[in-house]
Amino acid sequence: MQKYILAHKKELTIINGSLLLLALADHFFLTRGKIVPVALIIAGVAGVLPIAVQAFQSLKVKVVSIDVLVTIAVLGAFFVKSYEEAAVVTFLFLAGHFLEQATLSKTRKAIKSLTEMAPEVSLKKDQTGKFVEVSIDEVTQGDTLLVKTGGKVPVDGKVISGSGYVNEASITGESKVAAKQAGSLVYAGTILENGTFQLQAERVGEETAFGKIIELVEEAQDSKSNAERFIDKFSKYYTPAVLLLAIVVGLITKDIELAVTVLVLGCPGALVIGIPVSNVAGIGNGAKHGILLKGSETIQNFSKVDTMVFDKTGTLTVGAPQVNKVISNPEINENKAISTLVSIEAESDHPLAQAVVKTYPNVTRYPVSQTQVIKGGGIIATVKGVKVVLGNLQLMKNNQIKLGPGEIARSEQLESEGNSLVFMAINNQLALILGIKDQLRPNVKSELLRLRKLGVKNLILLSGDNQGTVNQVAQNLRLTEAKGNMMPEDKAAYITELQKKGQNVTFVGDGVNDSPSLATANTGIAMGNGTDVAIDTSDIVLMNSDFDRLVPTLKLAKATSHNMLQNIVIAVGVVVFLLTSLLFSSWINMGIGMFVHEASILVVILNAIRLLNYRLK
Amino acid sequence: MMKKAVINLEELACPTCMQKIEAAVASVKGVDKPSIKVMFNASKLKVNFDEEKVTVKDIEKAIEDLGYPVIKSKVVAA
Repeated sequence: MQKYILAHKKELTIINGSLLLLALADHFFLTRGKIVPVALIIAGVAGVLPIAVQAFQSLKVKVVSIDVLVTIAVLGAFFVKSYEEAAVVTFLFLAGHFLEQATLSKTRKAIKSLTEMAPEVSLKKDQTGKFVEVSIDEVTQGDTLLVKTGGKVPVDGKVISGSGYVNEASITGESKVAAKQAGSLVYAGTILENGTFQLQAERVGEETAFGKIIELVEEAQDSKSNAERFIDKFSKYYTPAVLLLAIVVGLITKDIELAVTVLVLGCPGALVIGIPVSNVAGIGNGAKHGILLKGSETIQNFSKVDTMVFDKTGTLTVGAPQVNKVISNPEINENKAISTLVSIEAESDHPLAQAVVKTYPNVTRYPVSQTQVIKGGGIIATVKGVKVVLGNLQLMKNNQIKLGPGEIARSEQLESEGNSLVFMAINNQLALILGIKDQLRPNVKSELLRLRKLGVKNLILLSGDNQGTVNQVAQNLRLTEAKGNMMPEDKAAYITELQKKGQNVTFVGDGVNDSPSLATANTGIAMGNGTDVAIDTSDIVLMNSDFDRLVPTLKLAKATSHNMLQNIVIAVGVVVFLLTSLLFSSWINMGIGMFVHEASILVVILNAIRLLNYRLK
Repeated sequence: MMKKAVINLEELACPTCMQKIEAAVASVKGVDKPSIKVMFNASKLKVNFDEEKVTVKDIEKAIEDLGYPVIKSKVVAA
């Protein structure tokens, strides 16, 4: 019976509404016929049924919900024979619900369409070598899968045969097509626009880059800030308190109508819903544009940022440095020295090492053994039976490798020109000094200026590079402060210092080896391409490693945070307004109260929808 | 053995339904109360439970008895 009533809530609302309309028409156009009270009674009963069922169910689990308040109010209205109010209140309450449902799904649309992009099926090779369609849950690591034109890549994996053009918008936030052939990495959720290939599954389901993105956004839309947790707690006691207040008012004044009006006016709807709707709309808008915000606490924190700390390589610079200058020791064969250099660097994924390898793609390589990585220093290895020390100046000093006065002067010259320095010693004799330089990203300067205008007072650069390079970048970009020779732990410690001074610090890095800073800062922003970025340690992920996204991200955070505040003001304002009008004026009644209450819920939802359409630029 | 259930609900719209669902699930024996998480926007419920004392069907029933249809549920190791 209860289920039947709830299942037919819509029909009951329609009956309730049309009878109410009939009664109103009758009231205005005909002489007060007998039909009016009957129609209103039926309308009231039809309307209160589903509400009463919900009220009953929530009382069963010991929750005094809004349905309980409304049910008691309507029963009270029946008791004092104001059938019109009973019908109007139930109608507004039910119709309001349907409107809320419709508008709420709109606020959630952006995130929903993202999560719906997750692949569900895949063509998997079975024992007979044929490809059959299976559910994505049946795909495991190592499986061979087939993707055809127009199909979705189901997992993260490597292409083993075939080729094609893949749209990676779901990963990078940018609708760009990438060519893939055997050996290329492809990512779940991307779309094969043209071509056919087979791939081997490497990561499946929630392990894939796209799976992690979805997980993050899904969690983020419901993550709660402290303010919200407070409101939730508050509303748990608020509803019973309203009920109590109404009883007290009824007992003192002996005016049942007044008592039930208090019940209706005290409904807390907009307050509970205000922050979550802004949150989901703001996060949804970001997600559509490749900006992943980890939740409402992140939005609050980031919107108040006054200090931004940047990593250099890959953040302020393009991150594709090249060897700019080579100084070689005339006593050592340069070609052999470079072959030795490239052979060792090829084993490292340090940005400078990769720069070296990229600069010399075609040199002979030697076998390398006994490789030892010195954190924050470089590499010591053995090539052709000889010990090679490769790294920064400190590493040379620590290994008692001597630099002549000329070499010191020339390396200082290179450093002051903005080069990063790499030294290599073969058999404890200095062989090479390399100057490696990275280009600044386009627009960095103007974007930093825009950040300043948005209230970011301090722009700070912390880098593992030498001070000369760092100073040059800082001067070029007019940064507040720049510190070189910083290890990842030093950066994190420096951020802690800034926080002690009361600054709200955001750290921006490429997320590869800056986990301590990302975690320490009030807000950690990882700029990556969504595939290899440290999603776990950062609060905001920019899937597209585009520096131009920082300003829109900050603007969105500010807009979302304002939106939440507006919604709280609306919600609290409405309840305060209604209760005071009840005390000081005579025009208010249950019907108007319910109307204003439902309207305020719709207003906060519509206000949040504005965020979805907020233009990011 | 503790398991974790992820239950997809029909779209949640009313502000107080979260409280109700949370209370209903909390009243099921064998459920780890602090782990209950009703996700308003995702319209999902996440909860850890002891599979020797209770099944996911019991939890689903508690929610459906309130009038909130369950779309699907998934149980994974906690």
